[in-house]
Amino acid sequence: MLARLRKPWPDSRAERMLGAVSCLVAVIVVGMIVFVAVHAWPTFAHNGLSWLGSGESPESSFEKMQATSVHPPASAYHLRAWPLLYGTLLITVAAVAFAFVVSVFASIFIVELAPERLRKVTIPVIRLLASVPSVVYGLLGVLVLVPFVGNHLVTASQKASVANEVELTGAGLLVTVVILTVMIAPIMIALTCEALSAVPSSWREGAIALGLNPLRAILAVTVRAARPAIVAAAVLATARALGEAIMISMVSGSRSFTPNLDHGLLVFLYSPLRTFASAIVDFREGISAPALGSSLYAIALLLLLGAFVLSICGYLIKLPLRRYEVRG
Amino acid sequence: MLRGNAMADPADPIHLGTDRGETPTVEHVHPAGGSATVEHLHAAPGETSSAQLDGSGAGASPSVPPVRTIVLDRAPLPATPPDERRAVRPAAAASGPERLRLEDVSIAYGSKPAVKSVSLSIHQGEVLALIGPSGCGKTTLLRTLNRLTELTPSAARAGTIRLDGEDIHDLPDTSLRSRVAMVFQQPNPFPMSIFDNVAFALREQSRRRPGRRELQPLVIDALRRAGLYEEVKDDLGRPALRLSGGQQQRLCIARAIAPRPEVLLMDEPCSALDPISTNTIEQLIGELRRELAVVVVTHNLAQARRIADKVAFMYLGDLVEYGDTEEVFETPRAARTREYVQGAFG
Amino acid sequence: MSTLVPFDFDEQRVMQTGHGRRSSPLSWRWRDRVALVLAWVAGIGLCLIAAAIVGYFAFRGVQYLRPGLIFSRPQISASQAGSGGFLDPLLGTLILTLVGIMLALPLAVTSAVWMSEYARPRWLARTIESCIEIVAGTPDIVIALFGLAVFQLSFMGPFSFEASGGGVYGRSFLAAGAMMSLIALPPIFAATRDGLQAVPAHMREAAFALGKTRITTIRRVLLPSVRSNMATGVTLGVSRIIGDTAIVVLLLASSLRLEPQGSVPGLGLLRGTGATLTTYVFDNSPAGEGAAPQKAYAAAFLLLLFVLALNLTVERIGRHQERATGLSVATGAV
Repeated sequence: MLARLRKPWPDSRAERMLGAVSCLVAVIVVGMIVFVAVHAWPTFAHNGLSWLGSGESPESSFEKMQATSVHPPASAYHLRAWPLLYGTLLITVAAVAFAFVVSVFASIFIVELAPERLRKVTIPVIRLLASVPSVVYGLLGVLVLVPFVGNHLVTASQKASVANEVELTGAGLLVTVVILTVMIAPIMIALTCEALSAVPSSWREGAIALGLNPLRAILAVTVRAARPAIVAAAVLATARALGEAIMISMVSGSRSFTPNLDHGLLVFLYSPLRTFASAIVDFREGISAPALGSSLYAIALLLLLGAFVLSICGYLIKLPLRRYEVRG
Repeated sequence: MLRGNAMADPADPIHLGTDRGETPTVEHVHPAGGSATVEHLHAAPGETSSAQLDGSGAGASPSVPPVRTIVLDRAPLPATPPDERRAVRPAAAASGPERLRLEDVSIAYGSKPAVKSVSLSIHQGEVLALIGPSGCGKTTLLRTLNRLTELTPSAARAGTIRLDGEDIHDLPDTSLRSRVAMVFQQPNPFPMSIFDNVAFALREQSRRRPGRRELQPLVIDALRRAGLYEEVKDDLGRPALRLSGGQQQRLCIARAIAPRPEVLLMDEPCSALDPISTNTIEQLIGELRRELAVVVVTHNLAQARRIADKVAFMYLGDLVEYGDTEEVFETPRAARTREYVQGAFG
Repeated sequence: MSTLVPFDFDEQRVMQTGHGRRSSPLSWRWRDRVALVLAWVAGIGLCLIAAAIVGYFAFRGVQYLRPGLIFSRPQISASQAGSGGFLDPLLGTLILTLVGIMLALPLAVTSAVWMSEYARPRWLARTIESCIEIVAGTPDIVIALFGLAVFQLSFMGPFSFEASGGGVYGRSFLAAGAMMSLIALPPIFAATRDGLQAVPAHMREAAFALGKTRITTIRRVLLPSVRSNMATGVTLGVSRIIGDTAIVVLLLASSLRLEPQGSVPGLGLLRGTGATLTTYVFDNSPAGEGAAPQKAYAAAFLLLLFVLALNLTVERIGRHQERATGLSVATGAV
């Protein structure tokens, strides 16, 4: 039999073997969805859709769950995760919006306006920044930005105004959004620069020959032609922002608070918060308690769903943009 | 007619069975036997097998496939007499005012000269053809006329170019290019609809934002002048990249002439197109020159002869000869010109 | 700017380079001027922030990173001076990377080969491609939770650390390494598949014309020619593994030192647990125990050096490949 294995395989058998191994990936992915869903089911079974509503603070729910035994009563699964949802949406939308604007204009600068020497230095640096681990960004935030905001920007009166609700230590919305923007911008810039450079130069030359100044030519023709790729870059960056756990856990203040404008804009910016992903990291030790474990898996399922919905949105946004492109 | 040409030169090896003493039939692609493949040999009458390609038939010479006639050539066309041929070009409009004047213009890329000391005058109502072998500087000269050479950092220039009396280097480049338009060798319509392509320059060049209703008559007029309107009028919102090559080039012409420029520069506009589209665009050039000065770079001497009123022959950067088409082609003064137009090099 | 250009017959002309009069931004439309300002601000701001980040970490790293730290083992100690270095976390990173790549490489290359050479039936190819995209887009904590769920199954006992109190703990280098392989899978797959698709058709046709079967062609002709692409993919995968914290935080019990499980030397290490550079940084920052920010800076700087080295490797591979074959390597995104 070994001899049969050692002879060169016929193509049909080789194809089947290769295909079988490739199917392993599909099996893993399906397994992932199934495992997460199965573990998440108890939480949804008990809470239903009001799981996303507001009510008891998630912290106290989690603490109660950690104290339960191996077979908890059904009421132990009670959870109202609205503050987590609010925090997630807030920082994701803010960071992606800022990063998108900065990235598009920075890419235009790099591709068109920057002097040659600057461009040669900037592009490798952008790629380096895009691959820096998130824990390093978190370290920067927690050792530099948080003390700076906490000691120099937050005033005593601001701290006093919300003292009964939260403590303003500087770790909060502002620092989180700033660092998250800096984290996801390099990916978008790298992809957008590639997209802008890939647009055929004949279009740009044609626009200039029609009497447009170079910046207008880039905006009206090159950026417009690269729109599908820019949308893809934005979707990628959003996915990364949604799934970011470690860095946010380090700098967000880790309190399930819903920042609001009751005490003014600055307090809103300094308020701590917590997101879905950082909640998983924060409560990971209690995962052996079934109620808590199930809640965390429920969060994971929601994140999976979010990533899936994102890629569908990206596909749908790109569809009308591709209408005028070359076919075949 | 093909047969007549083949017989005219007995030294021509591409010869149809004459060494076998037979008359090849060239009009008919269906020999006895019914096979219509081109490789089918004309062997002795009655022989139908196409397996004789290796010439193993008795006394067969090296096998040569018969010439196919194409549909267009089936009915013999009367040859256009030379004087009629010239009449295909619309009657030369009277030469209008001078638009561009080049005074001792030289261009170099780095330390390599590309154009040496050229002086020319370009008038409205005329088509000027720049001819010459590859690398003679005609495209560089064309691109200098609307300062596109500035996109290359190493380009250096000397001499003056005046548009309506003003030095073009004193004009803002955007205003210059709105008065001197260009059409490129490869059609490059933008990835937008036909309407947006033609309206592109109109939208960008006006200070405020013109609405679609304002632009529509201008767009339709430009498409008419470019000879494209009839073919696309049913849907101007169609993506421009779906058009055929010739239509795309006419769209580029419409886009260039929509803002009513004074000069139209064309860089080998038909070299990427099929003969029918080429013919359409050549007719178009003849009509456009009434309101514009047209400068065409072409490496196709026959095309230059068909469309141009004035011809400038360049060789390795020098302007060797400049004059009326008939003079340059029939009675050139420089020996180099005579050699080129007679096809001695190219 | 003028230059002197030699012309024929020893004649020289003074020629000018540079632009003629350009339309000044003051005459542009309002929105173009705003766009110009924004582009400059964004560009210069980006350069400044990038310089600040790189500069700050270089400064702190040089300040705190000592060779002694790399080679000494961490110890439990109240003070920074006595708490040792990070040899164990460094080894932990190494082990994890090896396990992850060893598991990911065969799977990724096989899938890439199948996808670019066979890919029949069509629905299966599209499904597998979508699945790999799903893996690429999944957040790493979700993958970590999945790993936890899998390795806490009772029959997975032999693969993980034994905790007190029974029950399958589900945490070990094997568990973390298996999930890391999922992280590294998409870059290797994408790079290999792009490389295979870029191989010109005539190479395959030449091999077929010599009578080789498809599988032999793949093994002997195609795979060797995409070695650079595979190297690029592996480097990108290693870069992602080294930087990933969430999986390690969940799937390694974050003991400071390497703690093997059981007596078998190699397997014991894999079944055991420990720390990696990333968890070391996390634990030493104020977010963890917070005792040693200087050690955290040093470890973070070391991480940055690794990432920089990997990026430079990717670029060098790309340039080498272009020079050798004329085919360019898609260096891909992160």
